[in-house]
Amino acid sequence: MHDVVIIGAGVIGCAIAREVSRYKLRVLVLDQASDVCEGTSKANSGIIHAGYDATPGTRKAHYNVRGNPLVYQWAQELSVPCQNNTSLVLAFSETDLPRIDALIERGQQNGVTGLRKVSREEVLDREPLVNPAIAGALLAETGGIVSPYGLTIALAEHAAVNGVEFRLNCQVQALAHQTDLDGGQTNFIIETSQGPVQARAIVNAAGVFADRLHNTLSQDTLTITARRGEYWMLDKRIGAQFCATLFQLPTDKGKGILVTPTVEQTLILGPTSDPVPDKMDTRTTAAKLEEILEAAAQTWPGLRKDSFITSFSGLRAHLAEGDFRVGRVPDVPGYYLAAGIESPGLTAAPAIAIDLAELIATDFNLALKPEFLSPPPPIPGFSLKQLADPDELDNLAAEIARDPAMGRMVCRCEQVTEAQIRAAIRRPVGARTLDGIKRRTRANMGRCQGGFCTPRILEILAEELGCDSTDLTKSGGQSRILTGQLGVEA
Amino acid sequence: MKVMPEKVSLVIIGGGPAGLAAALEAQRQGLTDILLIERDQQLGGILNQCIHTGFGLHYFGEELSGPEYADRFSTAFTTAGIACLLESHVLEITPDRVLTVISPLGIRKIAAGAVILAMGCRERPRGALGIPGTRCAGVLTAGMAQRLLNLQGMMPGQSIVILGSGDIGLIMARRLTLEGAKVEAVVELMPYSSGLTRNVVQCLQDYEIPLLLSHTVVETHGRERLIGVTLAPVHPQSRKPDLAQTRFIACDTLLLSVGLIPENELSLGAGVVLDPATRGPRVDQRLGTSQPGIFACGNVLHVHDLVDDVSREAEQAARSAVAFLNETDLPAPQADFSTGRLPDQHLAAPAGWPFPEQPSLLPILAGPGIRSVVPQLISRDRIPETLRLAFRPARVYRSASICLRDGQGQLIIKSQRRILTPGEEARLTIPASHWPAVTAGHWQLSIEV
Repeated sequence: MHDVVIIGAGVIGCAIAREVSRYKLRVLVLDQASDVCEGTSKANSGIIHAGYDATPGTRKAHYNVRGNPLVYQWAQELSVPCQNNTSLVLAFSETDLPRIDALIERGQQNGVTGLRKVSREEVLDREPLVNPAIAGALLAETGGIVSPYGLTIALAEHAAVNGVEFRLNCQVQALAHQTDLDGGQTNFIIETSQGPVQARAIVNAAGVFADRLHNTLSQDTLTITARRGEYWMLDKRIGAQFCATLFQLPTDKGKGILVTPTVEQTLILGPTSDPVPDKMDTRTTAAKLEEILEAAAQTWPGLRKDSFITSFSGLRAHLAEGDFRVGRVPDVPGYYLAAGIESPGLTAAPAIAIDLAELIATDFNLALKPEFLSPPPPIPGFSLKQLADPDELDNLAAEIARDPAMGRMVCRCEQVTEAQIRAAIRRPVGARTLDGIKRRTRANMGRCQGGFCTPRILEILAEELGCDSTDLTKSGGQSRILTGQLGVEA
Repeated sequence: MKVMPEKVSLVIIGGGPAGLAAALEAQRQGLTDILLIERDQQLGGILNQCIHTGFGLHYFGEELSGPEYADRFSTAFTTAGIACLLESHVLEITPDRVLTVISPLGIRKIAAGAVILAMGCRERPRGALGIPGTRCAGVLTAGMAQRLLNLQGMMPGQSIVILGSGDIGLIMARRLTLEGAKVEAVVELMPYSSGLTRNVVQCLQDYEIPLLLSHTVVETHGRERLIGVTLAPVHPQSRKPDLAQTRFIACDTLLLSVGLIPENELSLGAGVVLDPATRGPRVDQRLGTSQPGIFACGNVLHVHDLVDDVSREAEQAARSAVAFLNETDLPAPQADFSTGRLPDQHLAAPAGWPFPEQPSLLPILAGPGIRSVVPQLISRDRIPETLRLAFRPARVYRSASICLRDGQGQLIIKSQRRILTPGEEARLTIPASHWPAVTAGHWQLSIEV
């Protein structure tokens, strides 16, 4: 019997896991994927939204504004790459300028600070590659960028260090609750692909699938549609030429196409927004990828079709009512919900997690653990910038003397060493797949997209996991990378 | 543990065919203080995974496999006792030739008298093409498949479609067939193969593997592992796919052989100016780059078809580097190479980008019919005995003339060719007897029908 079972190991599930791990509880996180952060949380814009966009009075507005400073704080605590690069919302004509004022006003209603209208000249001074035809912009000083998978994985690791169990490749097949009449206590029985699990409380953080689980428990049914957002990613050399996140004025279809550097200095363009009936359908499409280029060229006329590294897409969990659902579910005591967490969900995650953990603590009268352990130190790495400092250089030399694998380069594009790859596998909730290595180290994410380093990473993975390299997958399930070995019958 | 800078006369980056040939030639020229830096655990570079034959016909006059060709050089290299760092990765080269090198043995700073760039090239990945569809397992570059199969004994798939008819793709079509896989088709966007004709014959036709010209992959299918691809014919001029005529081919693997990109991240860090057409450094006939004392050869300079040409080119780079070390009084041409633009804008600049008039440098422009030419410049202070230009035609030509003209349009040399194709790099030799009085402006290479 577990005290709390969290269904879904995205940023919301992992943030809640980390927050409830402060209490004396047996906590289990379930996810159908082979790794944490395999759904919406791995494929989004990675923006720390300021909070001027959400309609005042909504949960989106509330959690966004509260979450903004918390993401910066959490990222620092967890050593997750994050940058307060500011956001600009561009107005392309004089007639659009009043809409900048409206956004500032809405932001102020939401309690956002650091919003101001900036002139064309100031925008071009800050971002020389922006379309010189703009009329002005909104500057949001609290806007930022964070590694969405970096944050999610770090939260999972910190939760695991504090005793949370993660059961991956574990799909929830049925949910039931039963009330013990004597004690008045509710128990949940969760049928999974790895057998039944019992819990006193459950948290539904199942992203695009949250409605399916929810509707088996509660009379108050939900409908979540998956809205697909497609993106392009460009080489670091290009990303380094931008600083701020560049939005266009929002339309009724959403925040529009943005151009933003990532914390890793690549540049992303996107996302589109299209409902898809299949909630696993993360295809990219020729038409949408073309649409992104056209829209992004309005922000950045110098956009050219070279230096593209990859394209990808993610699904947003959109609730029909258009707002987040966070909290208790009245007709099912012991059941907590975080549903419809689409943009600005990444920014909102810390505040949502704090609230849900507090609700659970209140309802179950929980006591904090005497000792809450610190997060594990980040995977040791280095950057060229650091090495310009002779002391850092000497430190790295000492590091290599202790562990020669620290000097053995595996991924040349992102400069990831063998020691880093082994560390990613050995960490709490460690990497088990090629994509797992990618999101923890960036090996495979650079300009050659794994062309050179994949064979070596497969060797290291097989060695560390004690399996055949033919068993290794890209991202679990049937995503095997190799189909056989020479001289061995399949 | 203090990292102290060391001094070396000549540092060669890369221990593949270019780096090895350069090191040996530098030693033959009398230089002793040479250091070769190689990323892998062994010398030879990509040749080690090229277990097919066809190497060395020009250089050795016999047909060797890739590992045999590499072995001739690496054995000579080892015998010659030239210093070498294995498993060593150059993190940075500064414009004044100070290298930061990381290896399991530690981290070093090396101040080089001269540097030869010989880092080779990488494959263009799927993402660069933007092929829509799922991002499942089973989509990989042909070179990675070659490494998995030939060096690690691993099969990347059983039923295979190959996109792009570059040489590695063609070689892998045959190789995978021999290992029992079924190669369903090789799909090529262009109306001609981008590989050598001999490879089309020996790797596809001999094994009855269909080559679909003017086609492309418009979607990948499969959530976890690839289950198939959708193909479409492309319009002959615009090369846009005709989505009304698609067809599905079931396969578990898509191999990409869609081009090689010289690996010039280090060069850019050193301030070396690149050519947008070759994506390698702009060089003069001595293979000197825009940075004095930094030379380039092999696939980092321009993608070659034959390793024999790489070896020859590397030897020339080595002679130039040694000459540079011996004659420091010679004026360095660095400023002349640069237009002061950012590297990325160089990459994106259109063909025939503006070039400042320089008295000591004569630009050779890629004119009509020419995609790229190497060297891009002639340093007039060093007029060679014979000048060799390597170039790629922009399309297939039958019975055409290669013409080199001066700035006034006067013909310097003309050479008749039966066939010219982008899949085969062509060469033009200009003997000293044809060397005209040095004129102002530029020279232009073009194909005239």
